[in-house]
Amino acid sequence: MSNLAIELEKINKNFGKICANKDVSLKVKAGTIHGIIGENGAGKSTLMSVLYGFYQADSGEINIHGKQTLIRSAYDAISAGIGMVHQHFMLVDNFSVLENIILGTESGFSLTESLDRSSKELSYIEKEYHLEVDINATINTLPVGLQQRVEILKALYRGAEILILDEPTGVLTPQEADHLFRILSELRDQGKTVIFITHKLREIMAITDNVSVMRGGKMVAHRQTSETNKEDLAELMVGRKVILRIDKEPAKPGEVILKVENINLVDDSYVQRVKDVNFEVHSGEILGIAGVSGNGQSELMDLITGIRPLQNGRIHINKKIITNDMNVDSAVMRKLGIGHVPEDRQRRGLVTEFSANENVILGYHKDPSYNRFLEMDKVAIVKSCEKNMKHFDVRPDNPFLKVSLFSGGNQQKLVLAREIARDPKLLVVGQPTRGVDIGAIEFIHRQIIDMRDAGKAVLLVSVELDEILSLSDRILVMFEGQIMGEILANNASEREIGLLMAGIKKEAL
Amino acid sequence: MKESRTNNIIVTLITTTNLLVAFIISGIVIWSLGEDPWFALKTMLYGAFGYEEGLGYTLYYTTNFIFTGLAFAVCFHCGLFNIGAEGQAYIGGMAVGLICLWFENWPLLLVFPLAVVVSIIFGGLWGAIPGYLKGRHGSHEVVTTIMFNFIASVVMVYLLSHVLRPPEKMSPESRVFAEKVWIPQMHEIFDWFGIIITQTPLNGTFFFALVCLFLVWRFIWYTRWGYELRTVGTSESAAIYAGINVSRNIVIAMTIGGGLSGFVGINEIMGSSHRIMLNFQEGIGFTGIAVSLIGRNHPLGILLASLLFGILYQGGAELSFEVQSIDRHMVVLIQGLVILFAGALENLFRPQIENIVKHFLPKINVTKLF
Repeated sequence: MSNLAIELEKINKNFGKICANKDVSLKVKAGTIHGIIGENGAGKSTLMSVLYGFYQADSGEINIHGKQTLIRSAYDAISAGIGMVHQHFMLVDNFSVLENIILGTESGFSLTESLDRSSKELSYIEKEYHLEVDINATINTLPVGLQQRVEILKALYRGAEILILDEPTGVLTPQEADHLFRILSELRDQGKTVIFITHKLREIMAITDNVSVMRGGKMVAHRQTSETNKEDLAELMVGRKVILRIDKEPAKPGEVILKVENINLVDDSYVQRVKDVNFEVHSGEILGIAGVSGNGQSELMDLITGIRPLQNGRIHINKKIITNDMNVDSAVMRKLGIGHVPEDRQRRGLVTEFSANENVILGYHKDPSYNRFLEMDKVAIVKSCEKNMKHFDVRPDNPFLKVSLFSGGNQQKLVLAREIARDPKLLVVGQPTRGVDIGAIEFIHRQIIDMRDAGKAVLLVSVELDEILSLSDRILVMFEGQIMGEILANNASEREIGLLMAGIKKEAL
Repeated sequence: MKESRTNNIIVTLITTTNLLVAFIISGIVIWSLGEDPWFALKTMLYGAFGYEEGLGYTLYYTTNFIFTGLAFAVCFHCGLFNIGAEGQAYIGGMAVGLICLWFENWPLLLVFPLAVVVSIIFGGLWGAIPGYLKGRHGSHEVVTTIMFNFIASVVMVYLLSHVLRPPEKMSPESRVFAEKVWIPQMHEIFDWFGIIITQTPLNGTFFFALVCLFLVWRFIWYTRWGYELRTVGTSESAAIYAGINVSRNIVIAMTIGGGLSGFVGINEIMGSSHRIMLNFQEGIGFTGIAVSLIGRNHPLGILLASLLFGILYQGGAELSFEVQSIDRHMVVLIQGLVILFAGALENLFRPQIENIVKHFLPKINVTKLF
């Protein structure tokens, strides 16, 4: 049994009456890459937080390398040889790589002394695992892929034998993700143990040796990756059969609904976020915008939906022309027929502290159908909320429940229902399935395609390449604020898009 | 529904516990001074409720705190920390006084609405300027409203000593205005119905305060303007997404807050002192912050918290009068402890209380999974 790096036995963790982990047991062999897959809310993060000492389990045992270990804090976890790479990097942006890595482990009176000592140790680690980074570079000058590498180095520097990666590919281009996979294999070959948490089936198949599936706080299956397949895992995750491919008819594009002409955006810190962007979206088609997150897609959506004022250029929407001197806001754009499902539903699309019915009127609160002379028509508001909940199968269907108590998928359905209910000419959708469980993803994708088939124009922005590929009719790729190229969806290859996402134009190949 | 009910129970229990702790500590202090805390409590309650005059004073103070409590709450729902009620009440009150001086021959039925309007305009303006600075230029409202309190104070000293003071008077205050524009005092109102009660400063403004409570409640939770205000206060990014003008709502909230503060002047100047005096608003604006926070920024809570502070003010005065070793400062200490526990350390006992409530209540249906 000593070749087990981690053995968790009957871990239970409750938050009040909510059971996040129920009798979870897990065996991870040393020197393997072990995937943990599950929908959002399946309890993966809670389990890892228990392992890393953020929470303490209510009951259960943790054995590290065959020894029962009590982990009460991240410090205990690090001493037990566990390192964690968080989904959101825990780095000090304006410190150098070296400073970040030694943060918290510096010793002695003078900082330079520890810096010197550590830089030697680091160069040894870098060579051993092929993790080259310029240790003197400042973090905010590094691309995300390298920042992640710094996180891994940080864990290894602290003597981690077991490395936990929480959704590590969310911010990476496909090429960067491949590179990460190579690093992980290298680590495995050197005898380290890797726990890889994700909700993406493709990654599980590509990199792991073993996989455990979680659903509803329980561990539902353990498989050897070589003996399973995507469909099998998806079914285990959701608890029923899932169709992974979306069936859709060919698009029937009609007239131009949205035309963007030469728009630019320079932000408050004088960085050009959007650069000379031009494109059209027709009725009855889905235009997908792919790109690594942070390459100007969000800003582009902000400009089109009126959240940020136009600085130059023109936007034609539904035969009206918008220019920068018109000072439009999102209320105006909404009146012109734009429905907007924002990327960040919790900060923008919803007021999570409000009840569901108060969120149904967000952006439409001045609508005559919701208002009487002085006060709002609460009955009409609740009715329209109930209608949306029924059409979009929102659970629980209680219009008085606070939105923060709904799951990610149901929150997204509330936003989508609100924006679609107003019958917009153009639907702008950002990251429609971020943090949404598989069951709801299917449903949301279906709704977006139905909008298209009803003759609406759809602008889809997503960092999930699979999503862009399966929904869009045409694809634009953005890199550093520019449109790198346009690809028709039916002859798009992931490799081609990946290169454009990394800023390499076709001509350069 | 169930979830929100549980929440209400928890919140009520927390507030009660906090107040109890504040009073127990006050009791310990009183006991350590060699006095009987039980007697002190009885004296305070007797002073606040025990006889007509005491009750009158309690409700009179309550009226003031309702206005400044609401002034803070409206701004708080818009995400603003308005600590300028003091200055807004001062300036708004001055305007009320000026109206009474100028139109003292008009009937009260005309002067009262006029006083309400100018109080909104002047008090509102005193709130709107910091609001504008915040909305447009991002100047923090805590800093600017404090500064405006000082400006108001200096302006008033100047006006009262140089402009409004009648030449024959030595003290910095205006002349008393004609009785026609005084708001009827409570004993007069009761007299109309043939009921005789003791004369106190309590006057008709008390009813106006109740109306304000009701109107603010409907405004915040039932109108589209209140909805905009709350959206801005809860999630500015969602407000921008919805096309709600953030800076305009900030100015509106501050104007309403300033206007409500100004109504203190109606109670104090039109209803009680019948002349503009120096520092008539002293402490009322700041107490309003505590009132609103303890009352959870809800009109009903504000009513109860205003009453509590009314009791503390009036009962405290009685206490320092009755008991030798307890002076005015002791009363300030009790008020301070209430603010400390019910305001600043609000969540001190939350985990324990939540555990107890959740233990005794049937399983709560929460749908979110982690």
